[in-house]
Amino acid sequence: MTIDTVDRAESSPDVSQPYADLGLKDDEYARIHEILGRRPTSSELAMYSVMWSEHCSYKSSKVHLRLFGEKKPETDALLVGIGENAGVVDIGDGWAVTFKVESHNHPSYVEPYQGAATGIGGIVRDILSMGARPIAVMDPLRFGPLDAPDTARVLPGVVAGIGGYGNCLGLPNIGGEVIFDPSYAGNPLVNALCVGAMRHEDIHLASAKGVGNLVVLYGARTGGDGIGGVSVLASETFDAEGSAKRPSVQVGDPFMEKLLIEATLEVLHAGLVEGIQDLGGAGISCATSELASNGEGGMHVWLDRVLLRDPTLSPEEILMSESQERMCAIVRPDRINDFLARCAKWEVEAVVIGEVTDSGRLTIDWHGERIVDVPPRTVAHEGPVYQRPFARPSSQDALQADGPGRLARPSTPEEIRAAVLALVGSANLASKSWVTSQYDRYVLGNTVLAQPEDSGMVRVDEVTGRGVAVSTDCNGRFAKLDPYAGAQLALAESYRNVSVTGATPLAVTNCLNFGSPEDPGVMWQFAEAVRGLADGCLELGIPVTGGNVSFYNQTGDVAILPTPVVGVLGVIDDVTRRTPMSWRNAGDSIYLLGDTRDEFGGSEWAHLQGHLGGVPPRVDLGQERALSRVLVDGSQSGVIRAAHDVSDGGVAQALVEMALRSGTGADVSIPESIEPFVFCCSESAARAIIVIRPDQESALLALCNDSAVPVMRIGTVTTDAHLTFGSFGFPLDELRRVHESPIPAALAG
Amino acid sequence: MARVIVDVMLKPEILDPQGRAVQGALGRLGLEGVTSVRQGKHFVIELDGDLDSDRAAALDRLAGELLSNPVIEDFTLTVVDA
Repeated sequence: MTIDTVDRAESSPDVSQPYADLGLKDDEYARIHEILGRRPTSSELAMYSVMWSEHCSYKSSKVHLRLFGEKKPETDALLVGIGENAGVVDIGDGWAVTFKVESHNHPSYVEPYQGAATGIGGIVRDILSMGARPIAVMDPLRFGPLDAPDTARVLPGVVAGIGGYGNCLGLPNIGGEVIFDPSYAGNPLVNALCVGAMRHEDIHLASAKGVGNLVVLYGARTGGDGIGGVSVLASETFDAEGSAKRPSVQVGDPFMEKLLIEATLEVLHAGLVEGIQDLGGAGISCATSELASNGEGGMHVWLDRVLLRDPTLSPEEILMSESQERMCAIVRPDRINDFLARCAKWEVEAVVIGEVTDSGRLTIDWHGERIVDVPPRTVAHEGPVYQRPFARPSSQDALQADGPGRLARPSTPEEIRAAVLALVGSANLASKSWVTSQYDRYVLGNTVLAQPEDSGMVRVDEVTGRGVAVSTDCNGRFAKLDPYAGAQLALAESYRNVSVTGATPLAVTNCLNFGSPEDPGVMWQFAEAVRGLADGCLELGIPVTGGNVSFYNQTGDVAILPTPVVGVLGVIDDVTRRTPMSWRNAGDSIYLLGDTRDEFGGSEWAHLQGHLGGVPPRVDLGQERALSRVLVDGSQSGVIRAAHDVSDGGVAQALVEMALRSGTGADVSIPESIEPFVFCCSESAARAIIVIRPDQESALLALCNDSAVPVMRIGTVTTDAHLTFGSFGFPLDELRRVHESPIPAALAG
Repeated sequence: MARVIVDVMLKPEILDPQGRAVQGALGRLGLEGVTSVRQGKHFVIELDGDLDSDRAAALDRLAGELLSNPVIEDFTLTVVDA
């Protein structure tokens, strides 16, 4: 076997290299030549190709993502912003939380169980690497139609993978979404969010500071996971026998991850770590180049010291391996023995693989031969940046002109009753308990709210009861009709879902799932969504703390619905004062906050008619902010006893969810000022249903008046097992059957 | 009667966390020198009559679709009594 060394690269400039097979363009390969002043070695080529990939370098999205920084609202809450592994926000009393959502879409399509499982593992390590203890996860999921054959393959595997990994790890899964649309049939979206908590002084960053400090790789051994692409290089430098096709499926080991969490938190709290980085995409290539680039600027690595699961791996493969459950730490030499002893205590293997230098170079040796000698910034941070062309698709006008007005509308009580029932039992609005029951929602004992509540809520401080609420939302149909407004509607819904629980929204994360950036129409959707989200966050006064972009989500040439999933995190002083989603006391009064307009573009009702066209509901972030104020103040002052967001499916769907959650019904009267079908099923934004004691009406009206939020009494909680809307109604038994049966029925057997 | 054995193993390069756990337990329970444990599935399938080529082909297909996950596992199919 011959190793492609730096010397060899200098002496053989004309060797042809398979850069195109590794996804590098001609000009990118030429730029590597220019940076190095010679051809790259095969190891260097491996590093550049993976670090300059769309996934790692954000080369198509970077120019747009800058908006999140440029339009950042004034806030004291942000302790660590975009660019680190995850953003960190101050939640008071010396506590900080970090949260982030990432995609694991493509691996989950290939191998649903392991893809989804390692998605959880990866995001948990991101949170851990900030110095936080992971406290909860949630998963926004999107699949093809519920009755599609491939959904029956992908969905159960994904759900089992999330449950298997998360449950073994001992983290509660407190929410997320499960949405079905034909556009996701060949490309499901599996996003994973993790929240972690820490004291302010425990925040850690990914940088290799201090010349002479040691680089430690610890956790699982390195194997051939996730390196399908580099086997081209392996076959170049290896004999035929060594170039067996490597699998690209990464397999997770949650018990190893648990040990990694405990070992990491122990060495961090003991003050043994100067800098830390998790190993995710691009493995050692990413960790070493980013740590070096963020620190003193230089690092030397002895790659042959890496502990291997498979001794036949080539250096290129070791550099690219995406084996799970690994971390990289920078440790002072006088503390290394303590560090290694603590790892050993947790049965975590650790080995010193390098040291920090001030050479300005990342140098890597393999059995005494130099195989990498590069400026680390050029690998980690100075990758290519594309100004991809973008243009509003010519079909957009026709799409927006084809509004839902042409659809036959229910008008009689019988027709409206049937429409509501169809929504309640539709795949997107049906109960998702078949999915969420497979997740442990209560492990660790700090879960306060979980599915089907509007937000997941966990206690952070067990003494004061301070906690956080998190929600993720996105209606991809709204984003398709108008990506700018659609992203803002996703933000608004998530913001509202946090507010209804009584928590004050504080920060935003996002997972931007789109089709190919090489399609100008998709790039336009992306640019508009980012602009909408950045403007929206500025107006709501909550910063984007980080996130993730996933491109190339498409089947053939057909892109998915643009799906900018938005996660909002809020803080609540005392979780015992949270607002639940449903009523408990007969005789309580039910109110609708916010204006209801005739808005069916992109709605769930139109979707059930097989229609997607028109414009999404109007966005009024000022009104969202006012509504949030009423919900949070009303919760803190004890006026509001229950609150539920009104969004997909409209007021009727929201009331059905409340009734089923509570087990008792309500008498609702449809106001004469509104067309009954519009009242029941329109999806106007900035609305919520709240419940108060009847004698609190004047207090509620004063609250709403102060914030200029429209308020209307719409009903009364009863002791009956009936939900009535004046001229029509439903026994709760019927609603429950219709609401709870679709998902199990479709996935049974 | 025909008897067919299907053995399913993770592909050699795929991490086997359960096998690793068993390996660790063997060491803790006093067995020294265990360098690797890989865990798999063993199916014994009995059929009426002879295994004709149609049924053999069906078994081969179903071993890939039902009994194993070809993305991460290999299987071997052995006819014991033909």
